[in-house]
This record gives sequence, structure tokens and C-alpha cells, in this order.
Amino acid sequence: MSTETKTARGAVKTRELDRVTIRFAGDSGDGMQLTGTQFTRTAAAFGNDISTFPDFPAEIRAPAGSLPGVSGFQLSFSSSDIHTPGDEPDVLVAMNPAALKANLGELPQGGALIVNEDAFTSQNLAKVGYIANPLTDGSLSQWHVFNVPISTLNSRALKGLGLTNKQVDLTKNFFALGLMFWLYERDMGPTLAWIEDKFSKRPEIAEGNRRALRAGYNFGETTEIFHERYIVPPAQLERGTYRNITGNEATALGFVAASQLAGRDLFYGSYPITPASDILHQLAGYKNFGVKTFQAEDEIAAVGAAIGASYGGASGLTASSGPGLALKAEAMGLAVMVELPLVVVDVQRAGPSTGMPTKTEQGDLLQVLFGRNGESPLVVLAPATPGECFEYAVEAVRIATKFMTPVVYLSDAFLANGAEPWRIPALEDLPPIVTVNRTEKDGFFPYARDPQTLARPWALPGTPGLEHRIGGLEKADISGNVSYDPENHHRMTELRQAKGDRVAADIPPLEVHGPAQGDLLVLGWGSTYGAIRSAVERLQAGGASVAHAHLRYLNPMPANTGEVLRSYRRVLVPELNLGQLQLLVRGRYLVDAIGYHRVRGKPFRIAELEQEARRQLAELGVAAGSASR
Amino acid sequence: MTATDHNGASTPAAEPIQLTRKDFVSDQEVRWCPGCGDYSILAQTQRVMPDFGYPRENIVFISGIGCSGRLPYYMNTYGFHSIHGRAPTLATGLKAARPDLMVWVITGDGDALSIGGNHLLHSLRRNVDVRIVMFNNRIYGLTKGQASPTSEMGKVTKSSPFGTVDYPVSPLAVALAAEATFIARSVDTFTDHLQGTLDRAGHHRGSAFVEVLQNCNIFNDGAHREFTDREVREDRTITLEHGAPMIFGKDRDKGIRLNGHQPEVVTLGENGLTEADLLVHDETDPLIAFMLTRIYWPEFPVPVGVIRSVSRPTHDQMLNDQIAQAVASRGRGDLGRLLNSGETWTVE
Repeated sequence: MSTETKTARGAVKTRELDRVTIRFAGDSGDGMQLTGTQFTRTAAAFGNDISTFPDFPAEIRAPAGSLPGVSGFQLSFSSSDIHTPGDEPDVLVAMNPAALKANLGELPQGGALIVNEDAFTSQNLAKVGYIANPLTDGSLSQWHVFNVPISTLNSRALKGLGLTNKQVDLTKNFFALGLMFWLYERDMGPTLAWIEDKFSKRPEIAEGNRRALRAGYNFGETTEIFHERYIVPPAQLERGTYRNITGNEATALGFVAASQLAGRDLFYGSYPITPASDILHQLAGYKNFGVKTFQAEDEIAAVGAAIGASYGGASGLTASSGPGLALKAEAMGLAVMVELPLVVVDVQRAGPSTGMPTKTEQGDLLQVLFGRNGESPLVVLAPATPGECFEYAVEAVRIATKFMTPVVYLSDAFLANGAEPWRIPALEDLPPIVTVNRTEKDGFFPYARDPQTLARPWALPGTPGLEHRIGGLEKADISGNVSYDPENHHRMTELRQAKGDRVAADIPPLEVHGPAQGDLLVLGWGSTYGAIRSAVERLQAGGASVAHAHLRYLNPMPANTGEVLRSYRRVLVPELNLGQLQLLVRGRYLVDAIGYHRVRGKPFRIAELEQEARRQLAELGVAAGSASR
Repeated sequence: MTATDHNGASTPAAEPIQLTRKDFVSDQEVRWCPGCGDYSILAQTQRVMPDFGYPRENIVFISGIGCSGRLPYYMNTYGFHSIHGRAPTLATGLKAARPDLMVWVITGDGDALSIGGNHLLHSLRRNVDVRIVMFNNRIYGLTKGQASPTSEMGKVTKSSPFGTVDYPVSPLAVALAAEATFIARSVDTFTDHLQGTLDRAGHHRGSAFVEVLQNCNIFNDGAHREFTDREVREDRTITLEHGAPMIFGKDRDKGIRLNGHQPEVVTLGENGLTEADLLVHDETDPLIAFMLTRIYWPEFPVPVGVIRSVSRPTHDQMLNDQIAQAVASRGRGDLGRLLNSGETWTVE
């Protein structure tokens, strides 16, 4: 879709586009995350649908100008509904040779490349192994290159402010941002307001950033190197009030909401770990909601304290990433045994071991299901989008308190840091969370169960007449006394497992997007939702008999899961691991599910899933129509 | 105090409650080995409980793993037998959520100083309002006799047939380094002294650490016999009293004085020495506390009693104060406003 109009300046036309994907790339000290976030806020507030993919190194400041130090932020903004931050950028903004080298491979032929040519010094080129300057040796001829002396122009604009060279250099990202605002006809207002607020106590820094932003914008306006500007109209989103939200923000808000709905103070025990720490930072600010945050001495203390708080009647929560989950395993087993409500968030990252801390992966599914001693079942949920992180936080607390069970909530680095517009729910639309504490003395037994949910009573210390002892040793059915009786252990093991069946009866069925039966079902979970949905929609547009189902409940799975899986000739399970859900559905439903596995620390591209689905359809002897874009 | 009144400070019941030792005895059969020192510790704990004025339901005993870990089952209060070394973490979370409760942690030398060393350190330095009672028998009993972090160097055990090559740790020195606000030592067989020490710990606000020297008659019999046996105890231990000179001995004729910065044992009457020359115990003096954590039999009598007792705001108190202040300055959180904060836009 494109409409051309003439603007006042004769030579520059405005072209209307449905969707644009921009990638900002620079040194990790260049402020690329901030630049991307500012563009995202502006586009979101304008009414575009957006999706973002921040991609940064674990090193806070890797050596300047080096390849490991490159930080990127990709965002896609659109006038229609989008599910992913885009497979590849339309525009790459490269602040130095390292950023160019690290990202050029993903810029399609004919894509626009805006570079800070001042950074292409012989020293910087040598750091990343460029023998000749790619800006002048003709090697970039297949792209649309715009050489802009960003550093020079920016320092000229900031002259006379009395800032140091270093301070001036730190504002050049806002010059690039200003230029992009001009190119996409965006209002500088939200960013100017942000500068005002952020640097209110340092007026000279505020002025430097304002000047940098305006200088970039005005450069676009006055220079003649750009012949077109682009406008992406607002998207037709569902009616409502929206805000831009990342997965971690939505997770934190969701647990605060859940604690309010349940009427229980939230206790959050946590040890700093990438990419989960932002949840701690955010929750620590919500003291007036009664939120108690506890930065523990280690991962074990974090979960232990959360169990202690739940025992006392609070909403006990802990969060970490894969390595931390490994450390929490024994305490999670204790929560299974003592049957107390507890929520454990795992913001997954690439493993094993320390792995790639800032990169995404879905490698912990089997760990959280089976990574404990003994038969130790617990509930596992996984939101699929940043916005869903809110909804499933509420759901996790609802299930944990209703069934008296630990619940694991699987997020990942892509969900945690990625952003999308989130329709803010009305308070009256949030589900009630009804929690009960036993106070009745007569007939009290610590392990007598609710016949519906199999939950044992939540009897809080401080309740007269209900003094009792719990612990990690096996409990006698009903009385809760320590028991080594063989039949009792068998019965208790089955009862703990049977709770899962009761949860399964309490959750919605697995929904299918597409035909209820057909050639191919693509089954996913977690953050791969957007890429799978987009790939399936492309195939559906070409007439293929393909459906998408996405599991939010990994344990127990919805009651109709087997039936759904058996309604298609073939089931494809794409995962950012080596086939963990695939193993589960094969084992549980005897379905010959086929896996598609990539562990690159990055989300799936739509195109690769579309291609794989096509391959599967071809094997079935079904034509899938022509490739669509 | 009702079950829903969760945010009041930890205080005894408003109305005095008349309870006796028997009220704290649970219906569970006690299953330690006959002759174990743990029986005495349990009995003295049950005896002092009525002194604190808390109703039974507001008292919680949390333990880790080891022989000591069984104690909560035998107390007719709330109890939580947790996992190895982690009892202080549960206590920290419980106390944060429920400042109204009186919380005790029961642990052993392996549980507290080996697998749970990190949690002991941090719960003490945070001044969590919890009383930690550590049974020290210098052996792993429940796993049938391996060396523990307090076993003496060269000790021959099942896991060290040629003797250990590990230096032991001093529990009280660890507690002091962690800035515990209350540090004491007692002995399983010194029943009156043990009661008095637990009573002091129970009345303390903040982290109280009590080391109880305890005998394991199966795997480390006579662990502390050299200075705790009836015939020798008065000459080989020193009972500390705040504000009193450090005197000990059957004949009350021995004492500790400082020679320069070094403590030494002296005999009263010799070379004209009088009580006035002796060191006076001060529970608030960190240097005296340090010295007392360093002296031990056979060079010195073993100090028993309260080594340190100082007052500081507790973790749960400061945590809840922050919340009260946030509510006072910003108002009780409004969920609708929170969800709609930041930049929002409306699609009609």
C-alpha cells in the first residue's frame, strides 16, 4: 500500500506505508535501547500497532567499537494488526562500523541504511576487521545508503552549551532519533517531554538532548539527501485505552493486580538475575500497594522466604531465570509437599549454565516440569505475548490459591523485554480471586481435602485451635502426621498428581485459529506466538489447510488437547529448544508430532516457519499456494 | 490478636495468658535416641514458653534437617519442618508477612553452619526478629556420624577414617561477624542455665543466636564432656553476667583479666589480685564479645551465658515502616490508576 503526496518542499514526497521495521544499532554505550524505546512510545501513542525486539549484550560496556559490544533495538510499527517485530528491518541505523558489520546481513537488498559516517575512522574499521571503508569501496551498492556525519553535525548543534566532548557525544543517538522522527513524520513532543522530566535537575544536559533531537529533525528537513518521507497511519485496534508495555512490566503489574484481587499482600522474594531483575525493580516501587519486596542472599533464600510468606497468608512470589530455577528446585519440591500456594516466575534465557544471559530461549520447560526429586507435579503456565503476561500473572495466583499448589510461570527474554500496545483492562473485567483461610476448629485436619479441588486447608499461624505441624516429610493422608506407610505414600503421590486433573477441569479448552480439522496444525507455546500466528495466516491466505494452536497451560494441558492434536494429518511443533513440548505431546498423546528447532538466542522469523510449514504440506502432497508477503 | 491482624508489631497478648509447660507438649511421640541431649533442650524450651505471654497459636517453630529438625513436631504450636539449611529463609518471609508472630528457628551445626551458612549469615545481619537455637553436637547425627563444620581438627569419623583435615568454625564468632544483636551459649545439661538463656533470647527483639552445646551419645558421646561434666564444669566454664566481673571456679577464686589486649586467667588473692582487677562483662561491648567468642577450653574456661545483647530496629519492622510511610505519603495504592499510569491513548 502506498499513496504519494507532495509536501511543501517540492522534491520531498510522502509515501504511505502499511508497516515499517527499523533497527537501531550502535555501541552498547550509544543509547540504542533508549532511542528505540523513545521511537516505540511515540509510535504507540500515535496509534500504530507495534512490536519490539531489544537485543543487547550481557556486558554493560563491552570494549567500544567491538562486535560483542553491539546493541540493537528493532521495532515494527504498523497500521494493521502485527504479531512480531518483523523478520528483517526495512531501515538499519548503524552508529559505527561494528553495528554495520553485525547487522548488515539481515538487511534485505534495497533496504535503507543510515550510517554515522563520522564513526567510520580507520581505527574503528580496523577493530572489526574492515580492510577498506565499506562506505566508499562500493560494497554497499545493493542497499540504499545515507551517509550522515552525525557526530560532526551534532557537536556543531551543541556548541556553546559548555558540555564536555563526552557529554556531547552521548547525545548523538537523539540526533539519529530526530532524523527518524522527520523521516516518518513523527511528533517530537513525547520525547521532548521525556527529556524535560528526566533531566529536570540538569538543565544543560536537557538542553543538549533537545538540541540534538531538533538538529536531527531539521537535518532531514533541510538536507536534500532524502527524497521521500513515510507515514504509517494508526492501526484499527480494538476500542479501549492502551499503553505500551513490556512483558516484565506486565508481569509486575499482573502480580500486584492479583494481590489486590485476592486481598493478600504480595511478598516478592528475589535475587538479581538477567532478564528477571526488572520485575524486582518495578515491584520495589509499589510499597503503597502493600507489596513487600525482599532482595535475598541467593535464589534459595528468595523462594524459601516466599514459601514462608505464603505460609503466613501472603501471596508468595519469587522470580528468576533458568540458573536460578535450578537452585530453587528443592524448595519448590517442599512447596509441592506442604501444598502451599506459591508462584515461581522463570524468565527463560539461553542455556545451559550461564549460557547467553540476555538472549531468549525456551529451554526450561522440562526443567520446571521434571527438575525436582520424586514425583513432584506442579502447574505450569506460559503467557504468549507481553500483554498476556498480565493476564497469566492473575491466573497463576488464582490457581495457586484455589488449588493450594505451586505454579510456575514461564516467560522468556523476548517477552520480558519486547513491547506491544496493551489494552488496559477495566477493573470489573478482572476475574475475582477467592481465597479462604480455615478458622473452624471442629473437624480440622491439615491434609483433609476439598472434594472439588483436592486443596488442603490454608490454616494460618495465629488461628487459635489450629496449631499443627507441616514439613517436607511424607504426610499421612488427612491427619498430616509424618508417615512412612507404603500404601499412604502411594495414595499421597496419586493425590498430588490428581490435583492436576482438577486444574485441567478448571481452565479453558485449547483454542484453534483456523480450520477445526485439516492438513497441518502448528502447535506452539510462549513467545513464539507472534511468528507462528503470522506464518499460519500467510499460509491460510494462500488457501492452505493450516491451523495454529498455542498452549498457555503446559501442565496440566487443556482437557481437549489430545482431541485437537488428532484432528490434523500432521502436527508441527516449532520451539526455541530441541523439542521439549514435542517430547511431551508425543509422550502424552501418542501423536507423531514433528519438531522445528532453533536455538540462536533469537525469536523465530516468520519466513522460516512459513517455509517449514510449506515443506510439511509438500510432504503430505498438498500444495500450499504461492508464498505471500 | 486475631488471625487477620497481620501488621501489628510482635507483641504478647493484651490479656495475660496462663499457660504451663504441658500446654506446649504436642501429641507426637518424641523419637530421638534415648539419652540424647535434645530431650533436655526440648524440655527447657517447653518450660520457658509460658513466660513470653504469647498465645500458642502466635508462636511458630521452623526447623531444617537433622536431629534438631524434629523439634517442631513436639511443640504444640505452629510448626514447619523445612529443608536442609533453609529454615532462616522461611522465617524471614514469614516474619515479613506476619510481624505479629513469635518465630523460632531450630537448627544444628551442620544445618546452620554448613549447608545453611549463607542464610544464617544474612538473617543475622538483617536483624530478622527470629530466635535461632543451634544444637551443636559437633557431628552429623541423622546421617549416622560424619564430621561437621564444628568437629575438631583431626577427628576420626565414618567420613574421615584418617582424621579430618578441616579447621572447625566458631559458631559464636560467625554470629558476631554477622552482627547478630543477641548472642549466647548454653549447655544441654545445664538445665537452669539453659532455661535462663532461652528466656533471655525469647524476650529479645531482633536476631537472637543461641548455641546449645549438646551431646550425641551415639555418634559423638562426650562431645563437650571435658568441661561440662558435673565435677569439672565450674572450673572449666565461666558463666557470664552483665555488669559483673568475670569470676569462675568451684571456689569462685579464678577470673579473667586483660593483660594489654590479651585475656588471661588469674587466681584471686595471688600477687594481690582482687575482683577489681578482673574484666567486667558488658553485653553491649563488641570487643568483649569478640574476645569471648575466641576463648575456649583447654586454654580458657568456656564462656556460657549472654555474650552480646544490643538493640537495633528489626528487618520486619523497617520493612513494614516503609510500607506505612508509602501509604501515608501516597495513599493506599489504587489499582485502576496504576494500570492507567504512564502514557496512554484511547481508541474510540
